Amino acid sequence: MEIVLALAIGILTGSGIWLLLRPRTFQVIVGLALLSYAVNLFIVASGRLGGALAPVIDKAGEVPLDSYADPLPQALVLTAIVISFATTALLLVVLLTARGLSGTDHVDGREHRR
Amino acid sequence: MTLLDHLVIAPILLPLLAAILILTAYERTPHLKASINVTATVLQVVVGVLLVMQVDGQNGPSVYLLGNWAPPFSILLVADRIAALLVLLTAVLALAALLFSLARWQRAGTHFHPLFQLFLMGVSGAFLTGDLFNLFVFFEVMLAASYGLVFYPATEARVRAGLHYLVINLFASLLFLIGVALIYSVTGTLNMAHLATVVPALDPAQKPLLHAGAAVLAVAFLIKAGAWPLCFWLATTYAAAIAPVAAVLAIASKVGVYTLLRLWQLMFDGNEAFAGLCLLLGGLATVLFGTLCVLASQELGRLAGYSVLLSSGTVLAVIGTGSSTAIGAALFYLVSSTLALGAFWLLVELAERGRSAVADLLAVTQEAFGTAEESDLEEPEPVGVIIPATMALLGLSFIGCALLLAGMPPLSGFLGKYAMLAAVLGGDGSAVGVAGWSIVALLLLSGFASLIGFSRAGMRLFWPALPRTVPTVRVIEMAPIGLLLALCLAMMVGADRMMAFTQAAAAEVSQPVQYVEQVLATLPYGGGEGG
Repeated sequence: MEIVLALAIGILTGSGIWLLLRPRTFQVIVGLALLSYAVNLFIVASGRLGGALAPVIDKAGEVPLDSYADPLPQALVLTAIVISFATTALLLVVLLTARGLSGTDHVDGREHRR
Repeated sequence: MTLLDHLVIAPILLPLLAAILILTAYERTPHLKASINVTATVLQVVVGVLLVMQVDGQNGPSVYLLGNWAPPFSILLVADRIAALLVLLTAVLALAALLFSLARWQRAGTHFHPLFQLFLMGVSGAFLTGDLFNLFVFFEVMLAASYGLVFYPATEARVRAGLHYLVINLFASLLFLIGVALIYSVTGTLNMAHLATVVPALDPAQKPLLHAGAAVLAVAFLIKAGAWPLCFWLATTYAAAIAPVAAVLAIASKVGVYTLLRLWQLMFDGNEAFAGLCLLLGGLATVLFGTLCVLASQELGRLAGYSVLLSSGTVLAVIGTGSSTAIGAALFYLVSSTLALGAFWLLVELAERGRSAVADLLAVTQEAFGTAEESDLEEPEPVGVIIPATMALLGLSFIGCALLLAGMPPLSGFLGKYAMLAAVLGGDGSAVGVAGWSIVALLLLSGFASLIGFSRAGMRLFWPALPRTVPTVRVIEMAPIGLLLALCLAMMVGADRMMAFTQAAAAEVSQPVQYVEQVLATLPYGGGEGG
């Protein structure tokens, strides 16, 4: 389980960074999306990988904490997902505006001659 | 609970409510929107003053428990001297920029007013929060609003610069999240005061992970603060933005500086030598880079942008020394230079109004080849040129800004710089190391370089060989610049009180024991379990 998650985060981050460094705005936005997935997985992992454990603690039963998942990272990741989703949508609008104003999808707003 | 107990949350609620109100107003009633915005910003200044008075009058910070849960589980707001001072600074800067924008910029596009208020909310929240994750949320509020402001109103240059700004800040936010997740996985808490008690008690085997998390987090803040080599976006973005936006963005880079200082002092008690060294070296490199760029810049906008770099670099380097006196002096300098930067951004726009691109080009060639002087001599010189009142006012404000930003006597910029140098050189007779001497050398060099840069820009602006049109400037555009410069003047006159306040603020930040104890000992209202 750990190795699968670690590999997934690693591959997502690597691809995200590679795409982020590409010259086309669409590649940049996909790169940022991949990076944000990697970060979301990473936040979930920071709360320990526990499989199918409930994050809500039952007040009645005296159960050891080992059988519960940490609720905080789940709350954090929810916020992070919402924020990164919203900012990616904003970036998409800006990207289209830039394309419309400059007539190119290069991140610098103009093509570089080789 | 009296109303004053809720004062800590007012700088966040007030802009939020104002933004909502403005959004509900009809698009056809721009005056209503503007008046709500101005009223809210004036109230924000009043709240800032009250908050400063409150924390200055009491021993220790004001703690506000959101949701009324007991720390360390609650999300909370903490206002101590430095946070209150920066909230006030933000409000004052915003008021000046807003008044300036009333003359023309507010009509140039839609949604200027709500974005402006949301930006204020984000910045104030980032200063006041006592919780690492809420810091992220407020940073995002601030950034989301600033994206809108940077693109306002959309032109190609603005969109191009703004696109870079957006992508870099999104990436920085992801780094922020990675840092927060790493710190949480090691310590199990995100409450900043609780972190201060948990971190020293950590198992040494877990420290490397914590340090990695803190370092990733610090990179995110350094991007915001504009430390070299993470600063190449800053001058371009600021120069592309309209003047009132650039003026309020001057505070956004200080948010990064503030959080670095706060978290470093809280989590590592300021004695993590590596962090101090990074801040010091990063700050020095930024100062050096800013110095070179100030000398090289031909446009006023870029000159102002690099002055932002110089200011945050100086503060970073001096904070990096870790001594409380130096931090206090750096805070004084931060306030004075931010006010001066705000005034300068507004001034840049007014001064640029009377210039055309052709005159600009000619001025540059004249400097390089010196052709204009000979032809001028042949004409009979009128005795005593009449300087229009507008140009005289602009010129005087320009001199004021230049003196403040270069740190020349007698204005408050000099006092801040002098206090920093005195603190770094140390009055206690201890030896001054390489770090101290390099700060001294670079601070003096950067002051000299900005003096050259500003004199050159001023000569080109106010003493052109070509006849120029006097820009039409309205009183409401000149008044904010006067307000900001008058505040700097007030800081100079009342320097002893101001310096005493910033020194007390620095002592509070650098000895966080009281902060931590007071936050953790705060009881929920009514003493219950909350909910």
